[in-house]
Amino acid sequence: MKFLKLSAGAMALTAGLSGHAWAQTALTMWYHGAGNEVESQIINQIVSDFNASQSDWSVTLESFPQGAYNDSVVAGALAGSLPDILDVDGPVMPNWAWSGYMQPLQIDESVIANFLPGPKGYWDGKLYSIGLWDAAVALVTRQSYLDELGLRTPTLDQPWNAEEFQAALDAAKNSGKFDYALDLGTAWTGEWYPYAFSPFLQSFGGDIVDRSTYLTAEGALNGEAAMTFGHWWQDLFANGYAPATQDGADRDTGFANGKYAFSWNGNWAALGALSTFDDTVFLPAPDLGNGPKIGAASWQFGVSASSEHPDGASAFIQFALQDKYLADFSNGIGLIPATAAAAAMTENYKDGGPMAMFFGLTEAQALVRPVTPGYVVEAKVFEKALADIANGANVEDTLDAAVDEINADIERNGGYGH
Amino acid sequence: MALVTPENRGLRLVVRYTVLTIIAVIFCFPLVFMIMSSFKPSQQLLTDTGSLRAFLPVGDLSFDNYIEAFARAPIGLFVFNSMFVTGTTVILTLLICSMTAFSFVYLKWRGRGLVLSIILATLIVPFETIVIPLLLLASKLPWLGLHGIEWGWLNSYRVQIIPFVADGLTIFLFVQYFKDLPGELIEAARVEGASWPQIYRRIVMPLSGPVMATAAILKFLAMYNSYLWPLMVVQKEQYRPVMVGLQYFFQLNIAWGEIMAYLSLITVPVLAFYLLLQRAFIASIASTGVKG
Amino acid sequence: MASKLTQSNRAGWLFALPGFGLMVVFIILPFFFAISLSFTNQRLISPNPTEWVGLANYRQLLGMGMITLDAVTDESGQIVRDDTGAPTYPRLREYTRNNPDYPHLDGMKQWFSFGRGGEARTFVLARDLVFLTAVKNTVVFVLVVAPVQGGLALVLALLINQKLRGINIYRTIYFMPVVVSIVVVSLLWRFIYDGNNGLLNNILDFLSFGYFEPVNWLGNPKTAFGSIIGMSIWQAVGFHMVIWLSGLQTISPTLYEAAEIEGSSKWQTFRYVTWPGLRNTAILVLIVITMQAFGLFAQIDVMTNGGPLDSTQTIVFQAVERGYGKQDISGGSAISVLLFLIVLSISLFQRWLTRERT
Repeated sequence: MKFLKLSAGAMALTAGLSGHAWAQTALTMWYHGAGNEVESQIINQIVSDFNASQSDWSVTLESFPQGAYNDSVVAGALAGSLPDILDVDGPVMPNWAWSGYMQPLQIDESVIANFLPGPKGYWDGKLYSIGLWDAAVALVTRQSYLDELGLRTPTLDQPWNAEEFQAALDAAKNSGKFDYALDLGTAWTGEWYPYAFSPFLQSFGGDIVDRSTYLTAEGALNGEAAMTFGHWWQDLFANGYAPATQDGADRDTGFANGKYAFSWNGNWAALGALSTFDDTVFLPAPDLGNGPKIGAASWQFGVSASSEHPDGASAFIQFALQDKYLADFSNGIGLIPATAAAAAMTENYKDGGPMAMFFGLTEAQALVRPVTPGYVVEAKVFEKALADIANGANVEDTLDAAVDEINADIERNGGYGH
Repeated sequence: MALVTPENRGLRLVVRYTVLTIIAVIFCFPLVFMIMSSFKPSQQLLTDTGSLRAFLPVGDLSFDNYIEAFARAPIGLFVFNSMFVTGTTVILTLLICSMTAFSFVYLKWRGRGLVLSIILATLIVPFETIVIPLLLLASKLPWLGLHGIEWGWLNSYRVQIIPFVADGLTIFLFVQYFKDLPGELIEAARVEGASWPQIYRRIVMPLSGPVMATAAILKFLAMYNSYLWPLMVVQKEQYRPVMVGLQYFFQLNIAWGEIMAYLSLITVPVLAFYLLLQRAFIASIASTGVKG
Repeated sequence: MASKLTQSNRAGWLFALPGFGLMVVFIILPFFFAISLSFTNQRLISPNPTEWVGLANYRQLLGMGMITLDAVTDESGQIVRDDTGAPTYPRLREYTRNNPDYPHLDGMKQWFSFGRGGEARTFVLARDLVFLTAVKNTVVFVLVVAPVQGGLALVLALLINQKLRGINIYRTIYFMPVVVSIVVVSLLWRFIYDGNNGLLNNILDFLSFGYFEPVNWLGNPKTAFGSIIGMSIWQAVGFHMVIWLSGLQTISPTLYEAAEIEGSSKWQTFRYVTWPGLRNTAILVLIVITMQAFGLFAQIDVMTNGGPLDSTQTIVFQAVERGYGKQDISGGSAISVLLFLIVLSISLFQRWLTRERT
């Protein structure tokens, strides 16, 4: 009897000691933050907090540099070696969901009831991804510039209209103080172009693709509104308001060095602008005819289709949605936290904070990029069209060619599931 | 040559050296710029490009860029990966391509002519033609690993090494070289009853120093500097070579100083290697030109 | 070469198999795979099944058409002219978009046009203007780089071939860019070519005492490609200089002595002694440069991304962008096959051009 009790006790002890590690199922996760120390630190913190908070799952994180991240996922999908949890850039998610890389999330939707619309990734009626933050773009300038040039300060309720915006650019150009009136960030080739510039197109009344069917871009990208936008866009460069080609270094330092009067920039760069000048202001987008628009949706978390533990993956994602982590990311990288409650916890977005107006801006003006698997190709085509027009190509022909390419791609893919 | 007199001989010499030096400056100024910039903080670096200061070690010099570069990316790992992949490929290439060339030059076997023609024909196929199907292929190939059969070669060392071991150019170099070796040595060995592997190992390979050096150098340069293939097939940090690691430095706020430091770190070893052995380097590459 | 070869099938195959086997798997197989992919509509990853589409990809890449139009006339029959006095023509848009009379022109864009005497003008249209521009650029690159780089290398080799003290130092320096990765070189030259504050602009400004206007080398469609060509030659010329050098050094000195005795000028010496001795070397240099030039990719990817206005598009860049970036593997493969055909015809042409004429 004594022997049995002893051995039972021994067995229980060993089970108890090793049981903790033995029962935890490993989950793999990919994140795009390699090379970015602040983001890496925060995500590592979330992972270790999650691992410590429960004993069913253990997440290991693998970091990738942002530039190569999407390619890595595609290569991983080809090889069948995707992780359980991955993060995905908002507009790309429909393509990955349609291609079969991702499966719907299994989180409690009441948790995200208060989230801004941008970070919620729905496709085909199901929630595939959810983000901890949203990104917005605004016109960065200095109050002193506005005063010197005698310009009205636009507000969210009364943004500049097209004439006022043009007048502002003219005033800046004619003052002779600046190399260029406007820094659009043409150095940031890639997703920045559709993200930052399609809102202008949408504000004129056009769009990258016809959102009523998503099956054609005819009329949206080459209709009258789009042609007006195209000529307006070309004139910005032809008349010397903005540089068409720009070096990356110039984008980083140009505004801070006083080269530009206005800078069309995302709020992730805003922290830098705030620290450079003491009178930095963020102006809302101008209303170019169809209402002012800015982009929305940034990186979001999702579960890969090949994951064997979607419940665990979803549990991790739900854990990460806590307000304190939203606030951490916001403080770290300057982006808009997804809930108002988290915003109140941050330095920049609480009431009266220097970037608080972005929260209202996103709510009022944000329009997500087209929600379609065809977006991957559409973005590239749109980017090239914008660059060509900026360099002086014929507007009608360029937009027509872009429409043709997008339509051909949609057709080749059987309508992308629409 | 008619106008060379003792008086203008000195002048001609000065002219020649001046021309040579101007050309030399053209060839090395970007590299000087890179190394100098790696010691300057990013802001200063960018303003210095506007003047001759770009080439001078002036201003706020420090090792900060290097320290931060190491903090941002596992540079040691990348260099190790590049060296491992390059070294392994070079060794395997020398072995396998020389064996293949040996069989064409010294052995008579059915199908020899056809196989050689096919191999030489691949010289025309640019790598970029096959890069995408190769990607698809590599993503599906099996491998006998420690845990049994694994599928897919992406994100590994083998995907960076094995497709490049056998290449037409190296085989061609070896074939040309073997053709010029004295045949009597081989005949004598055959008469004495040596087997082909023994002839390969004891006679042909020891005489192949020059061509091995040339092939090794060309292969080393090609593999260490390769960009397109690793970009497509290796994204996991563990296996990344040096060129793909460059991506780490192009985040949202680009730190040019760190990039210069990184570029210097990955270029200077190769440069140093080259400068030490430049005589052998150039001599062996030159020798291919004559035979070609 | 051993004169008494014995039949040794097994040994032969055994020695050749590892190398040949690897080449079959990693070069020949993907090559045929590329050809077959180009006849389908395979995507990189897609839930749609792959279908056989025949020549559709090629038709899309190479499709061309022609249309002859008369000048626009106003009500009185007078030709409407633009500011420079040239006649204007109806917008091609009307013919290429949704025009039932010209279905074969649907979706095409204007490539170039030429006049046929009189007031009518013939317009040549193409379905994939970017690809044809890429082909044109790549061919121009090869045609310019081959003689320029080869010629420059020869000049450098002649310079280095002098018996001067310390000449080896110069040889070392001229070869140095060859060992540096083209990616590193491209990044550095981006700084040099920068339009606002670039080193090249500053140097030229200094040399011309301020007369020089800064040029946006990579941002101007007229100068972008030339800048890429200059940089590529800078990087690679040392390699070919060394090959020429070895060729020069195998020319027998007695020939030079004979020429000197006969009192020939420098140019005559070069033409009748040096150049014939370099023939084999010249062929090698030309062939290697040409092959390498067709693969122009890394510089474009790092520096210009094909722009501005497609002035730096190349075939390989298009293939990678189409196949990998836009996930259209079948289109990318079709481009690759076309590249192979172009390279094949050029190398056959070169062989014919440099054949031994008895």
